[in-house]
Parts: sequence; C-alpha cells; structure tokens
Amino acid sequence: MHGFANPARFLRLARWLTPLLLVSGLAITGITLVWALLSAPAERLQGDSAKILFVHVPAAWLGMGGWSALAIASLTELVWRHPLAAIGARAVAIPGAFFAALCLATGSLWGRPAWGAWWVWDGRLTSMLVLLFLYLAYIALAEAADRDGGNGRAGQSRIPAIFGLVGAINIPIIHYSVLWWNSLHQPPSIAMGKSAMAPVFLYGLLAASLGFSLIFGGVVLARMRTILANAQTEARLRRKALQEDFGEREDA
Amino acid sequence: MREGLDHWPFIAASFALGIGGTLGLVAQSWLAMCRAEARRDKSRQK
Repeated sequence: MHGFANPARFLRLARWLTPLLLVSGLAITGITLVWALLSAPAERLQGDSAKILFVHVPAAWLGMGGWSALAIASLTELVWRHPLAAIGARAVAIPGAFFAALCLATGSLWGRPAWGAWWVWDGRLTSMLVLLFLYLAYIALAEAADRDGGNGRAGQSRIPAIFGLVGAINIPIIHYSVLWWNSLHQPPSIAMGKSAMAPVFLYGLLAASLGFSLIFGGVVLARMRTILANAQTEARLRRKALQEDFGEREDA
Repeated sequence: MREGLDHWPFIAASFALGIGGTLGLVAQSWLAMCRAEARRDKSRQK
C-alpha cells in the first residue's frame, strides 16, 4: 500500500486505470439499465416501480461506501501521513455526495407510488439525509482548509480528516436504522451469503452495482489526478516566482 | 386504499436522474482532469 504513496507511481497506474474503469463501468451500467427498463419483470408486490431499485440501491451503497472510503483515507492521513490519502479523501467527497443525493431523490420517486408519500422522517431516510449534509460540510471544510490553512495545497490541514473520521459514526446508524427503529423502509434484502430477492432482481442489482462502482472508482481517480496536477502546477509556479524574485534582488 | 398511480413517470424520472447525473459527473471529472494536466504540462514547458 505504501508503494503507492509515491505520486509518480500512482500516476503511472492511474493513467491507464482511469479510462478502463470509466469505459467498463459505463458499458456494464448502460447494458444493465437498458435490460432493467425493457426486460426486467414487474415485481409481485411493487409492480414496475421495482425497476427504480436498479438505480436507487447502487446509489445508496456508493453513498455509504464513499464515506467509508473517505474515513479510511482520513485515518491513513492522520496515522501514516500518507501523501495521497488526503487527496483521495477529497476526491471521494463530490461523487459520494452525488450518489447520496441520487439515493434520496430516487428513494423519494420510489416512495410516492410504493408508500403514498414522497418523504417520511424515519430513521433510514433521515440518517441518509444527514450523510448528504456531512458530505457537503466536508467539501466546504476541505476547500476552506486547503485555501486558508494549506497555502492552496490539498492535505496540509488535518481538520477535514478528523471530520471524516467522526462522520463515520453515521454509517452504522444508516445500516441498522431499519432494525433499530420502526420504519416504512424495508429491512435489508441482501445479507452475507443470503438474499430474499428473486435471482433475476438479485443478479441485475449486482450488475448495476458493479457498473456504478467502476464508474465511481474512475471518477475518484480522475479527481485525484486533477488535484495532483493542480498542486504540481501551483508548486512549479511558486518556485518560478521565487527564483525570479531572487534573481531581481541579486541584480539590484 | 391504494392509489392507482402509473409507475412509469416515476421510473423515467429516476433513470433520467441516474443516467444524466452520472454522465454529467463523469464528463465534468474527465474534462477537469484533462484541463488540469494540460495546464501542468504547459507550466513545465515554460
């Protein structure tokens, strides 16, 4: 793992992995969603609205998985001072927030025909909304920390990393909310090694989740490369300005 | 009493949000990366 602490080594890997993840993810997701729209059967109780789950469930997993990755990157940054960990955490924040928002929006669109309500303030929905707010707060905090505390360089401030770790408390709350409290939301249909879903829905859901996960990975790599390139440009321009300033003083 | 709602407008809206949003996220991330790397390469040549 520490081998990839070197940005040059990371870039060599990311250069071919980014397009590979994005293209394969878009292909798998596209094929699965077209199949879900045109060929997936109507569910016995929920009817055709069950098709929404092919977008909603991967979005929920990636919203939660994104914060888990952000928390692991934050821990790595705090404990091992891994140079790419802070960049990784910042790169996860926007796609994580997007998938948390997509989960809430598609959940609302599924809830209206299934429950008769766009929104209810129950444990699962509220804790997912809290996750979206945590992402937005992290993005604002990281922006402010990099601008004010880190001279424009990502990862110079430890405050976002501490926030990323503390925010991870919400992940088990989201997961267990449907078991701890009375909820309109159904309990988990998929657990380790067993599923309450018909195979046709299960395999479709796994394919959609794989596709969206590959896209998520590709987007995170692209955003990491963006942050790294910006940092390298800033460092080079700063060095050049210092050299010019030094040269002018010597001439004087 | 259950409402007899047509599910398809809800399905269409969900898929449009999911597909459109994901494509937008991919395009924005990819273009930002290309711009940042081109700017870095340009600063190396100066």
